[in-house]
Amino acid sequence: MNTLDRKIINLLQKGFPLSEQPYLEVAEQLGIEESELIHRLADLLEKKTLSRFGPMYDAQKLGGAFSLVAINVPEEEYDRVTEIVNSFSEVAHNYRRDHDLNMWFVLATDTPEKIHAVNSQIEKMTGLKVYNMPKLDEYYIGLNLPV
Amino acid sequence: MMSEAVKQDQAGMENKIVLDELDRKIVELTQSGLPLVSRPYDDISEQLGIDPSEVISRMKRMLDSGVIRRIAAVPNHYALGYKANGMTVWDVPDDKVNELGQKVGQLVFVSHCYHRPRFLPEWPYNLFAMVHAHNRDDARLLVDKIAEVIGSDDRGHDILFSTQILKKTGLRFNQ
Repeated sequence: MNTLDRKIINLLQKGFPLSEQPYLEVAEQLGIEESELIHRLADLLEKKTLSRFGPMYDAQKLGGAFSLVAINVPEEEYDRVTEIVNSFSEVAHNYRRDHDLNMWFVLATDTPEKIHAVNSQIEKMTGLKVYNMPKLDEYYIGLNLPV
Repeated sequence: MMSEAVKQDQAGMENKIVLDELDRKIVELTQSGLPLVSRPYDDISEQLGIDPSEVISRMKRMLDSGVIRRIAAVPNHYALGYKANGMTVWDVPDDKVNELGQKVGQLVFVSHCYHRPRFLPEWPYNLFAMVHAHNRDDARLLVDKIAEVIGSDDRGHDILFSTQILKKTGLRFNQ
């Protein structure tokens, strides 16, 4: 990653204009050609230095329901439980973490009722208690990593 | 005091914003990314057979109402060398969680900050803040900085590092 790439990442993490020719606007701020900016962006996405570029939607405001769910999985059952949990299409991501509660996943469904339904099914299939931790308040979402 | 379940339902109602079919089509066409062409919003408008200014004004409306959090680049933190991703969790008094959550959320290195329910006795934590650092030692320094902000209201905290991604499909909305 060169200096220009770093400048692009730092600037575009903060925002991108809603205008007819937004790349041109940003390129002018960076002192480069519009085509060069588009080319660098395509390359950063291709190399997965950027994981996304575009509008970040607030899934909850689009009408969905979400929750963070944790399970304390005994080590000898970890693979079996991972397979069960991951088999649900409602599980958007799932992380192993170093704690007694060692499996943490995010559920995304169209309605709050379905969150409870999926959790009950997971409890039944795994025989383990699920800790349902939906957000009660949100204080900040955003990430600005200087590079 | 309001129960957490009631509060959650109310929060859900406040969050309801009416989007029409055209808005939803715009969501569908842009959720995986913005076209990398000189006039990206024209590209979207052509697919929908509407005027480009209509796409821009609808997206502006969604931005103003918070349906779109922001339009931006999201770095892959692993690729940028931020390999220690810690979920810091805090036990703070319920009547102070909003005030403290806002303060912690303002710290530049915190990417997400939420109030979530406790499960006593095994899970006493009600405030969650995600931090990203180059390594675990640096992440622990960030924990110390959060602890300074919380001060004497810190009744206990922990940091849970992710050690393996078991699944990552991301969120997609079907219309």
